[in-house]
Amino acid sequence: MKSNWWKIASVALLIYTIIGGLLFEVPRLNIVNETIRGLYFHVPMWFGMVALFLTSMIYAIRYLRNPNFRDDAYSVEFANVGLVFGILGIITGMIWANYTWGSPWHGDPKQNGAAIALLVYLAYFILRGSVNSEEQRARLSAVYNIFAFVAMIPLIFIIPRLTSSMHPGNGGNPGFNMYDLDSKMRLIFYPAVIGWILLGFWITSLRIRMKLLEERINESEDEKSR
Amino acid sequence: MNQKMKKVAKLLLGFLLLPNPSLFAQDAQMADTMRSEGKIYVVVAIILVIFFGLIAYLFYTDRKISKLEKRLK
Repeated sequence: MKSNWWKIASVALLIYTIIGGLLFEVPRLNIVNETIRGLYFHVPMWFGMVALFLTSMIYAIRYLRNPNFRDDAYSVEFANVGLVFGILGIITGMIWANYTWGSPWHGDPKQNGAAIALLVYLAYFILRGSVNSEEQRARLSAVYNIFAFVAMIPLIFIIPRLTSSMHPGNGGNPGFNMYDLDSKMRLIFYPAVIGWILLGFWITSLRIRMKLLEERINESEDEKSR
Repeated sequence: MNQKMKKVAKLLLGFLLLPNPSLFAQDAQMADTMRSEGKIYVVVAIILVIFFGLIAYLFYTDRKISKLEKRLK
């Protein structure tokens, strides 16, 4: 139980996020109105995705420095759960955009960039699925993983800021660009980000442990058949 | 205080107050009625129940994997 404190912290932070996110006061803004509360749930998905993809890349680098099954398994599963967070982020974004921007897909630079980034990571899994040799698959996908992360950064963080995105903090949006000045929202937003990231790591840890167990079963089966 | 200083002070005050959205969007429609009726707590309760359910499921999966790990040792 002593190594599980961060799982409990994740649940506590998320309970706080749900209660505070729905009940606490938020800025009264036109157009967004109460949907501003989506910030506590939609944006942490992206923070979670970036955190998981970053960890995935770190394990990819570790694998390339010293090839071993463990680091490859970590790298895949972090990318896997990161992709789930990204898909949830894009779906919640589409729901939100439908009510505040007028249509689910507005061609917003950040929306497009996020979609391309997800496709780049989808290609990572296609690449893994198309190589039969275990070692080659791990090595190729580790190299690709680094490129995918490096490609994601400008797509999500740089290009939307260079052009005019309707996302807050990226160019102009008169309806909704003040939230980051509101300290009341930060009080929920930051715990929400940490809570969701920790939940992502928890889910990933379960998947990694399952993968390692599977590998151990495979090994013992190989020994028996010999 | 001379006229010029008053002008500067007014301008400064204006900039300080500008970022406060509550000053110029008081009329924005919020779910005030729903809140005053206390129905927002229903929504909170529903979401919390679903959240607890999913977390419990995650917790039991975690325990099951731990047991498998012990067996395979």
